[in-house]
Amino acid sequence: MTGPGAAAISVQEVSKAYGGTPAVSSLSLEVEAGELVAVVGPNGAGKTTTIEMMEGYRRPDRGSIAILGLDPVKQATKVRQLVGLMLQEGGIYPTIKVGEAVGLFASYYSNPEPWPQLLELVGLTELTQRRYRQLSGGEKQRLSLALALVGRPKVLFLDEPTAGMDPRARLMTWEIVKGRQLAGVTVMLTTHSMEEAEQLADRVAIMKEGRLVAYDTPERLRGGAGPDLLHIKLRERLPEELLLRLGSLAAVDGIEDRGHGTYDLSSRDPARVAFALTGMLLDHGIQFNELRIGRSSLEEVFLRLTEEESH
Amino acid sequence: MSGTGSKTSHAAGPWSQFRAQLRVELLLLLRQPENVLVILILPVLLLVFFAGVRVLPSVKGRPIDFLVPGILTLALMSTGLVTLGISTAYQRYYRVLKRLGGTPLRRSTLVAAKATSVLLIEVGQVLLLLVIAKLGFGWRGHGSPILVALVLIFGAFTFSAIGLTMAGALRAELTLGGANGLYLLFLVMGGIALPVRQLPFFVQPIARALPPSAVSASLRAILDGGAFPTASFALLAAWALVSGAAAVVWFSWE
Repeated sequence: MTGPGAAAISVQEVSKAYGGTPAVSSLSLEVEAGELVAVVGPNGAGKTTTIEMMEGYRRPDRGSIAILGLDPVKQATKVRQLVGLMLQEGGIYPTIKVGEAVGLFASYYSNPEPWPQLLELVGLTELTQRRYRQLSGGEKQRLSLALALVGRPKVLFLDEPTAGMDPRARLMTWEIVKGRQLAGVTVMLTTHSMEEAEQLADRVAIMKEGRLVAYDTPERLRGGAGPDLLHIKLRERLPEELLLRLGSLAAVDGIEDRGHGTYDLSSRDPARVAFALTGMLLDHGIQFNELRIGRSSLEEVFLRLTEEESH
Repeated sequence: MSGTGSKTSHAAGPWSQFRAQLRVELLLLLRQPENVLVILILPVLLLVFFAGVRVLPSVKGRPIDFLVPGILTLALMSTGLVTLGISTAYQRYYRVLKRLGGTPLRRSTLVAAKATSVLLIEVGQVLLLLVIAKLGFGWRGHGSPILVALVLIFGAFTFSAIGLTMAGALRAELTLGGANGLYLLFLVMGGIALPVRQLPFFVQPIARALPPSAVSASLRAILDGGAFPTASFALLAAWALVSGAAAVVWFSWE
């Protein structure tokens, strides 16, 4: 039984190795019912292994996993009625037609969604008679999403659901996934897009070399109340004299020269810095291409946390 | 066994899952033109060609009496070894089998649906070939239909198990090449359209030990109205056992 706020997914001290090479090392994480979690990490970080253990495809070497309180390997039959999933790619008969595929998958579940509506939702109604093999990459992904949804799952596992999608299809997918979450579905997805993680996720899990290195809301990962960042891209390098004057401003905590006329200024009072800076640039007739104020992006946090150790 | 299905649901019991799966498996097998070619057109063409043209010099009696058991064996190979083997290999390659493992469809239901689709196709093949032999060439079979069916079932099982072993253990391209290669080898060496004793002397013992020879020799003995072919049938049963065990041991779903 899972009440509100209870963990829909619980992973305790899970490890998995392939032929002696560790893929996932003592990983623990909980996902609350109705939460949407994005797992990010470089290639080979163990994202797919982790999600496939939750789906019951792989048995952990050590540790335990519970999906809605059930063991995904030992209680697979029960779990599979409650879970919908998207593999990273493939998974559908090459010569099956779109409508046939959804109809077939609907037959597996005890209370399937009416599949014409589902095809409407993912925008494939016109392609009902098209064979899977003839679909574009994005269309294949959308069909795969429809198959993940057809059994009215309580938990969704999506392995790189928007890979290969054009921006419009990606937006549509985000809306569908968000919509399911609003209806109470717990979602766990992997992605390489920090934008996607930021847009969708309540919490982001950052993995590196089989370990969980951070697990928090995007807001807190970006540094919460830390200093704001002022990012400016000039047409030319800043003259040394101006750089010194800028550095001496009380509101400026630090300047980082990123080369090619790009600078990152950290400050607790970015409005004042921006005012002084743009005044200086106007006085000296220096043009700029970009000026951005904000917290450090999730992308920057991700790159910092998953950096290779320098040798 | 539908557990706690809600009021609006039709329970997705194993039976309705089986029917939906069987329908799709049959549909997809017959949708591929190359499958229809090897399942239907090739056996019929070979039967008509070799029965109509006297190219087989030293077959005693009429060619059709020699051909019917051979072509029936070929039909089982076409469906079990080539079509089931290659299509399953590509389903594994495209992760269809893996994806189905993530649904409430049980593996046993999937296997039952695949076996039934193969069996239905093979019943159709056998009936069609026998009708053509009878109406076109005046063929008359002897022996017990039950014994004939028994041999056909063991043969169907053996060829399907060989196809599935390759599909589950090898890469898809290797299964594609290997199943077609084996098919050709069996066609030439398995007593299908060419008697084994026409082969070079030193390959005859090998040829006689092959699964298609066990099927065609058993069928030939029964259909000729002779005594029960104990040796051939024992060989066939051994092949069924070995190939079935191989499929169970070596088949990998991912």
